[in-house]
Amino acid sequence: MAGSVHLIDRRLNGGNKSATNRQRFIRRYKEQLKRAVGDLVDKRSITDIDGGGEVNLPARDISEPSFRHGPGGNRETVHPGNREFSPGDTIQRPQGGEGGGGGEPGEGESTDAFVFTLSREEFLSIFFDDLELPNLVRNYLGAVQQRKMVRAGYVVEGSPTNLSVPRTMTRSLGRRMALSAPIRRELEAAGHALAEAQARGAPADELARLEAVVADIEARLMRVPFLDDLDLRYRHRVFVPQPVARAVMFCLMDVSASMDERKKDVAKRFFTLLYLFLSRKYEKVEIVFVRHTDNAEEVDEATFFHDPKSGGTVVLSALELMHQIQAERFPVGQWNIYAAQASDGDAFGSDAGKSARFLGEKIIPACRYFAYVEVPDGKDARQSSLWVEYDTLTSTAPNFAMRRVCERDEIYPVFHELFKKEAT
Amino acid sequence: MSAGIQVRGKRLPQGPDWTFELIDEYEREIRATAAEFGLDTYPNQIEVITSEQMLDAYASVGLPIGYPHWSFGKEFIRNEQAYRKGAQGLAYEIVINSNPCIAYLMEENSMMMQALVVAHASYGHNSFFKGNYLFRQWTAADAILDYLVFARRYVMECEERHGIGAVEEVLDSCHALMSYGVDRYRRPQPLSAREEEARMSERNEYIQRQFNDLWRTVPTSGSGKAGARKRSVFPAEPEENILYFIEKHSPKLAPWQREIVRIVRKVSQYFYPQGLTKVMNEGWATFWHYTLLNRMYDKGQLEDGFMIEFLQVHTNVVTQRGFDERGYGGINPYALGFAMMRDIRRICETPTDEDRHWFPDIAGGDWLKVLDFAMRNFKDESFIAQYLSPKLIREFRLFTVADHESKSYLEIDSIHNEEGYRRVRRLLAQHFNRDVSMPDVQVVRYERDTDRSLVLRHQIHRNRPLVSSEATEVLKHLVRLWGFTVRLEAVDAEGRLDHYRECTA
Repeated sequence: MAGSVHLIDRRLNGGNKSATNRQRFIRRYKEQLKRAVGDLVDKRSITDIDGGGEVNLPARDISEPSFRHGPGGNRETVHPGNREFSPGDTIQRPQGGEGGGGGEPGEGESTDAFVFTLSREEFLSIFFDDLELPNLVRNYLGAVQQRKMVRAGYVVEGSPTNLSVPRTMTRSLGRRMALSAPIRRELEAAGHALAEAQARGAPADELARLEAVVADIEARLMRVPFLDDLDLRYRHRVFVPQPVARAVMFCLMDVSASMDERKKDVAKRFFTLLYLFLSRKYEKVEIVFVRHTDNAEEVDEATFFHDPKSGGTVVLSALELMHQIQAERFPVGQWNIYAAQASDGDAFGSDAGKSARFLGEKIIPACRYFAYVEVPDGKDARQSSLWVEYDTLTSTAPNFAMRRVCERDEIYPVFHELFKKEAT
Repeated sequence: MSAGIQVRGKRLPQGPDWTFELIDEYEREIRATAAEFGLDTYPNQIEVITSEQMLDAYASVGLPIGYPHWSFGKEFIRNEQAYRKGAQGLAYEIVINSNPCIAYLMEENSMMMQALVVAHASYGHNSFFKGNYLFRQWTAADAILDYLVFARRYVMECEERHGIGAVEEVLDSCHALMSYGVDRYRRPQPLSAREEEARMSERNEYIQRQFNDLWRTVPTSGSGKAGARKRSVFPAEPEENILYFIEKHSPKLAPWQREIVRIVRKVSQYFYPQGLTKVMNEGWATFWHYTLLNRMYDKGQLEDGFMIEFLQVHTNVVTQRGFDERGYGGINPYALGFAMMRDIRRICETPTDEDRHWFPDIAGGDWLKVLDFAMRNFKDESFIAQYLSPKLIREFRLFTVADHESKSYLEIDSIHNEEGYRRVRRLLAQHFNRDVSMPDVQVVRYERDTDRSLVLRHQIHRNRPLVSSEATEVLKHLVRLWGFTVRLEAVDAEGRLDHYRECTA
C-alpha cells in the first residue's frame, strides 16, 4: 500500500498535438477552403482582412463512408420514459427518415455544413497559396550586401575568445592517455620489479637502483604536458551571403478630386493585399505612403486613406518623390523594393509621357516589382492617357505590370493574376 | 472533541483548488478504500493536462499516440468548435487501457473532480480493463503503447517515402472498412514447425497402415468434374474480417500498404472490446466512484461540501432523459450501467420476492462476488440479458417501438408490464448486440483463377438495407485496396440474391 501513484504533469508538454492532423485536414480540403476563403474576402472590410476566419465546408464532402443500415426494413427500438403508451398503440411514423421514435437520434449527419475557424496563418496561407513574389531573384545573387556569420566546425588557429574548451580538453585528454600509456606500462613493470626485490630482501644497492629507475619513469610521466599547442581547437565561423529579408513597399496614390471614395477603397484593398502578401514573405516590411495631387507628399496611413485633399494631378511628382525617398533611405542593395501605384489615370498634357519615361528609366530598374492599378470611372471608360503611356513599358520591363480594376470584388482576381506562380 | 463523534479516518483537506500533493493524498486514500473492496487494478499513472491537450486526446479517439490522418484533424476541429461555443463540455477524464493504466486529469477541474476522476478512471475503468474477459482476450495492455509508437513511426516513414497523398489514400480506404477489421473469435494459433512435422508423420503412418493396393484399381471417372468445382471457391469459408482478408490476399498491395492495412486492423481490434462493453464499463466505473467516495464519506474523510458537489456532478452523469424530453439521445450508458450495478447489489443485499423469482441464484448472495463475476464474464448484450431486473425496467419506464416497413405507422410493441419484461429485456440486449446493429458483410469469393474479382455478401437482416450512397463509396475504397473488381451481393434470409452492386477497378 505504501508509495505514491505515478503522477505526471503534462501541461508543459504543450498542446497542439493535433496540429499535424489539422494541417492534414486543411491540406485535403484545400480546394474547397480556397473557395470559401475567396468568398470570405469579398465580404470583409479592409481592416479585418488580416485575421482568421470562419469557413463552411459542405458536410457531404468530408463524410467518411462505412457500411451502415439505412432506413427501412423491420426493427424494434427501446426507449425510456414511457408515460401513456400501452402495447398495440400506434404512432405516426416521424417524417424525415430517422429521428423521433425510431433510429438513433443525435447521431449521423444532422449537420449540413462543417463550420470551422481558420487561424490567421492558415487563412493567409490558403489565401496566398499559389501566389509567388515576382522576380524572386534575391538580392544577394547580384552584389552581396548582407552577410551572416555561421558556424563551420573547428580549426587549429584562432583568437583566444574562440577557443573551444570542450574540444581542446578532449584532445588533451586523448593525447595524454596516448603518450603516457607506454610510460605507465614501464612504471608498472619497474614497480613490480622493485616490489619483488623488496620481497626477497635484495641488497640495498639493487633496491636503490630499482628505486632510481622508478623515480626516473615517474619523472618522465610528469613531463607529458597537460596542454599542448596541438590540442588547441577554435570555433570556426564563416560569412555566408544572406538574402535580404526586408522589403519596402511604396504605395502611390492619386488623391486628386477625381479619385472618389469608391476608387480609394478599391485602391486601398489592393494595397492591403500587397502588404499582407509581402509581410508573409519577408521578415520585415516597411510601407511608405506617397500621395499626390499636383505635388506629392509622404504621409501616414490614416492621412493617406482618409484625409481629403483636392487639386490637380501631376503623376510625375509622386514618382520623383518616391525615387528620392528610395535613394535616401532604401538603398537598392539592402532592400527589396516594391511599389504599387493606384490612380484613375487622369494626367494632363505631357505629364503622362514624362511619368512613363521617368518610371522606365529611374524607378523600374530599382524595383523588384512595380504594379500599376487603374481605377477607371466605369467598366467601359476609355483608356486614360497614363494607361496608354505606361502600356509602352510592359513589353520592355518584365517587373512591371498594370491592370484595370472597377469593383471591389475584382481586386482579388487581379491580384492573383499579377502574382500568380509562373508555370514551370 | 465530543465523545459521540467517532472519527475513523483522517479528514482530507478540502477546498476547491488542487495541488499535486493533494491529489497524491486523495489517491492514497482512494487506493486504500478500493483495497477494502478488493478491486484488482493495473498500476496507475495519472497525468495532468490542459483542456487543449484534452481536445488533442479526443481527436485521436483517446489514444495518446496516433498516426497522422486528416480525419483526426476533423474530429479535433469539430470538438474544439463545439467546446468553444459551449455546446459540449469536455469529458472530465480519459483513461487508456494500458499497463500502467493512464488516466488524464484536466487542469481546470476542482479537487473534488480530480478525486472523482481518480476513483472513476484509475480504479473503476482500470479494474474493468484488467478483469473483463473481452479486454483480457483482445487487448494486450502491456504492448499497446509500444505498438502505437511503432504504428505512428511506420506511417510517417511511409509518408516520407511514398508521399503523404499515397499513404492518405490507403488510410482512407482502411478507415472506411475499419469496423470490418475485427476478429470476433480467436484464430487458432498457427502450428509450429515441429507440430506440423508430428502431424505429418502421424498422417503418413496412418496412410501406410491403411494402404491397400486394391483402391488403385477403382475407376476414377467423374472425379475430374468434382475437383474443378471444388477448386473454384476460395476462401473455403466466408471471411468476416475484410481487412484481414485484404491484408493477406490482396493481389496488388505493396508490402508497405499491407502493413498499413494491418496497423488499422490492429487499432480497430484494440477498440473492439470498448464498443461491446460501453454500458458495463461506464456503469462499473460510475458505480465504483460512487461507492468509493461514499465509503470515504462514511469514514469521515470527506466533508459535506465535497459530497454535495460530488453528488451534483454524479447526478448529471447518470441522468436518463425520457424519449420525449429535450436533449434525449438514446439510452445513456452511464445511467443504465450504474443503475444495473447498483441493482445487482440491491438484489444481493435486500432481495424482494420478485428478485428471488427472477434471480434465484444471486438474490441474497455476496454482492461483491456477484458483481465481480458479472464484470469479468459479460459484455453489454449478455449483461443486460442476464441482469436487467423488472424493477429497473419499471424505473426507466422502458418501452419498445416496432418499426416495420409494411406498416405506415409505428406500433408500441411492449412496455414495462408483466407480459413485457422479458421482451423489453431481450430487445434492449439486442440493441447492444454488435452483430445486429452492424450490417453483416463478409468476403465469400475471391476469383483467383479468372478475373481476380472479390465478392462480398451482405446478408440482409430483417429487410434492412444499407445506406446506398455510402455503400457505393465504401466499394470504391475496397477497389482501391483490392485492385480489381469488387462485387457486393445482397442476399435475403433464404439465401437468394436480392440485388448486387459492383465497382470495377
